[in-house]
Amino acid sequence: MTKFGNIYVLCLLFGAAWGAIWTVLVTLLALFISGHPFQPQVTAGAVAGIAAAAVLTGLAPAKRSPVMVAVASLVFIVVLVVASGATPLGQPLSLYSFGQLVFVVLTAGVAAQSINLTAQNLGPGHERRYNVEVLCLRFLKGFGLVVFTIAVALPFFVMVMMSLKNQQLLLSNPLDFSLNFSQGAAALFRSYIELFTQYHFGSYLLNSALVSVATVAITLFFAVPGAYAVARLKFPGQNFLSRSILLIYMVPMIVLVIPLYAIFSQLGMRNTLWGLMLVYPATTIPVALYMLQGYFRGIPSELEEAGLMDGLTRLNVIRKITLPLALPALASVALYVFMIAWNEFLFAFMFLDNVDLYTLSRGIAELNSSEVPRQHLMAGAVIATVPVLALFLWFERFLVAGLTAGSVKG
Amino acid sequence: MTHENQPKPPSGMGPLAKREMRFAYMLLLPTFLIVLSVVLFPLLANVWISFKPVTLGDLRAPSILVNERVMGDLEAVGDTADIRYRARNSSRKSAIADVVMTDTLPATLDVLSVDDRCSLQGTDLRCDLGDYEAGQREDILIGISATDAYIANPENIKNTKPVFEFIPENILTNNDFTLENFRKVFNASDFWPVLWASLYYTIAGTIGALVMGLFAAQLMNMAFRGRSVLRGLFLSPYVAPVIAVALAWVLLLDPGPGGTLNALLIQLGVIDGPISFLGQRAVEINILGLSFDFPVALTVVIIFEIWRYFPLAMLFILARMQSMSSDIYEAAEIDGATPIQQFRFISLPQLMGIMAVLFLLRFIWTFNKFDDIFLLTGGAAGTRTLTVNVYEQAFAVSNLGAGAAVAVVVFIVLLFFSIIFFKFSPEDDA
Repeated sequence: MTKFGNIYVLCLLFGAAWGAIWTVLVTLLALFISGHPFQPQVTAGAVAGIAAAAVLTGLAPAKRSPVMVAVASLVFIVVLVVASGATPLGQPLSLYSFGQLVFVVLTAGVAAQSINLTAQNLGPGHERRYNVEVLCLRFLKGFGLVVFTIAVALPFFVMVMMSLKNQQLLLSNPLDFSLNFSQGAAALFRSYIELFTQYHFGSYLLNSALVSVATVAITLFFAVPGAYAVARLKFPGQNFLSRSILLIYMVPMIVLVIPLYAIFSQLGMRNTLWGLMLVYPATTIPVALYMLQGYFRGIPSELEEAGLMDGLTRLNVIRKITLPLALPALASVALYVFMIAWNEFLFAFMFLDNVDLYTLSRGIAELNSSEVPRQHLMAGAVIATVPVLALFLWFERFLVAGLTAGSVKG
Repeated sequence: MTHENQPKPPSGMGPLAKREMRFAYMLLLPTFLIVLSVVLFPLLANVWISFKPVTLGDLRAPSILVNERVMGDLEAVGDTADIRYRARNSSRKSAIADVVMTDTLPATLDVLSVDDRCSLQGTDLRCDLGDYEAGQREDILIGISATDAYIANPENIKNTKPVFEFIPENILTNNDFTLENFRKVFNASDFWPVLWASLYYTIAGTIGALVMGLFAAQLMNMAFRGRSVLRGLFLSPYVAPVIAVALAWVLLLDPGPGGTLNALLIQLGVIDGPISFLGQRAVEINILGLSFDFPVALTVVIIFEIWRYFPLAMLFILARMQSMSSDIYEAAEIDGATPIQQFRFISLPQLMGIMAVLFLLRFIWTFNKFDDIFLLTGGAAGTRTLTVNVYEQAFAVSNLGAGAAVAVVVFIVLLFFSIIFFKFSPEDDA
C-alpha cells in the first residue's frame, strides 16, 4: 500500500473545492437553461468532491485510468445525492428527472476530471516543496481560469440573452434564460428586426462604418509619412518628436470637448459627420505614428538604401519597399484605429443631434434615455459589438504583434 | 566632445542634410497641422474659456431683430406718415458692431425726411447704425407722404423686408474675463470629495487592472486546449464598444426586478434583498469594532474599469513573457528552484519594466476616463470624478466656463502626476 502524505491531504482539500465550485456552476447553468429555481447544494458538493478525490488521488498516478475517473465520478454522484438528501440540484428528483440526471452526471464528470488534472503525476505520498507548489498552483490556475471565464463572459451572455427575450418574461423571472425556439426565427430576433425597421439602426450602422473607415484612411494617410520621417530621416527635433508624440495621446478627451464643442458650434461643424472625421484622426494619428515608427525602425535600412542607389526617389522607396514590408504593422494599426473610432462615445454623444447622422454609440445612448424595452437596448449593444469583435478576433494575431511591437521592442 | 587637436567634422548641415530635413518636415507637416488644430489649440482655448463667463446658450450668435410699421394714415393724396423701424439687439450679453440696414421703399411714396444715419438713393434706403450694445433698442424714422399712384394702388411697405448686415461680437473672443469659474469650482462643497473619488478610482483601477492582467497572463502562458478561444474571450471586454458593455453591466446589476446579479445572489442565499450596486453611495462595515464607510458604487465602477482594461495589461505582459529566454528557467529548474521562486526571482524582475510602463499609461488613461462612469452611474452616488464633473458643469448645468475651469484642474493634476512619474520613474526599457 502507498503511504498517504501531504499531497493526499491537499488533494482532498482541492477535491472539496472543485466539488463545491462545479456544483454551484452546473446548478446555475441548469437554472439559466430551464428557468426552474434550482438551488446549489454547496456542502453536499464539497463532501462529494472529497469522496471522489479520496478514491481517485489515493491511487498511484499511473493507475488513474479513465475508468478510475469514471468510478470517481460515480462516487461523486452517489455522495452528492445522499448528502443533499436526494435533492442534488435543490429540487426533488421527481421534477425533470432526466434533465437533473444529465446535470448531475455533468457535475460529477467535470469535478472528477478537474481533480484528476490537478493531481496529475502527483501523490498520494509525502512530497517535497516543489511538488506541493506545483499542486497548489495547478489548482489556483484552474480556479483562475474558471473565475476569469465567468467574469468576462457573464455580461456578454446577459447581453445576448436579454436581446432575445421578452421584457415581461425577464422581469417576472430574471434568471430564466431559456429560449423558446418554437416561436420561429422572426419572433426570436424580433428586437433586432424592429431596431432596423423602426429605430434607424441601418443608418447608424452605415454612419459608424463610414466614420470609422474614413478615420482609418485619414490616419494612415497622415501617420505613414510622419512615422517614416521620424524613423528614418535625420532632422533637428527628431529625438524630441519620437519621444513626445505619445504625450498627445495622454491629453484627456474631456478637456478637448468643451473648446471643440464651442468652436465647432460657431463654425457650424458640430452636428456633422465631418466634425467627427476631423476629431477622430487627430486623436489617433499620434499613437498610429508611434506604433508605425517603431515598426519602420525594425526594417533593415539597407533595403531602402539599395533602392536609393538604384535611383528610386524617397517617395518611391517608401511606396515600393517600406510599405509592402510594413504591411502587418499597417494592418494592425488600421484595426486598432478602426476599433477606437467605432467604439468612440464622447464626441459622437456631444456632437450629433440629428438622428440621420447618429453613429451606433450615439444611437444606443438615445435608446437608453427613452422608454425603450430592454431587449431592444441589448440588441443594439449586440449589433454594435459583433462587427468590431469579429473583425478583431479575425485579425487578432496581427494586432497583438503590432500593438506590442512599438513599445516592447523599443 | 571633440579634442582640440583632432580634426573636427564639418559643422552645420550640408546641402544633402538640409534636403533631408526639408523632406522630413514636409512629411510631418500634415500631422503637425491636424494635431495643432484639434488638440493643442483646443487645449489653449480651454484655458481661455475657463476665464470667460460663457454659458451653453451664449454660443448662439446674437442678431438684430426688427419691427417695421407705418405710423399714421395714408388715405388721401398728401397725407404724411412715418415709417418706423424698431431695431433691437437680440442678446442681453454681447454687443453687435457695424450694423447696416438696407431696405427698398415703394416708389409711389414721396420721402419727406430721412433719419440722420440714413441715405436714400432712388428707392434704396441705407442706414449706418453703428454699434449696438447688449440689449440696446432704437427707432429709425422715415417721413413719407402719399402720391396719386399710391392712393390708386396702395402698396404694403412690409413687402420688402429690411436687410441687416452686422458683425456680432463673438462671446468667445471678446475681452470679458472673470475668475468666477475657478472661484465656483474651488468653493463647491464637493470639490474635495470629487478629487478624492478621482484619485481612488484611478489608483485602485490601475493597480487592479495590472494585477488581474498579470494573473491572466500567467493563465494564458500555459499550454492547454482551447487557449486561443479563451484568449479571444478575455480580450473582448477591451474590444467591445464601451456603451454596449456598460449598458449590459447596468442591466446585470439592476436592483429592480429583472436584475440578473441580484436575483442570482438572492437565489444563492448570499444576500437577503437586492443591493443597488450602482446607486448606493456607501455601506457601513464593522471590523474588529472599527466601523468605516465602504463606498459601494465607486467600488463597482472600479471593478468595471478593471474588468474592461485587464486585457490590455494581459496582452503586453504576455508578449513580454513569451519573449523571455527559457535557458534561465532550465538552469533554475536544475538548481531546484520551486515554481513560486522562479516566478518571484526570475519572471517578476523581467516583467517590472513593462509593468512600470503599463502603470504609467494606465494611470493617466484611467484618470482621463469619462465614458465608463458616465454611462454606469452618470456620476451619482459618490462616483463623480473630475472628468464627469467637467461634463456636469459644462453641459448639465450649461456653464461652459465652469466646465472649462474643471478641465483646467484636470489638466493640472495630470501634469503634476506626469512630472512626478517622469522624475522618479526608473530607467525602463520602453
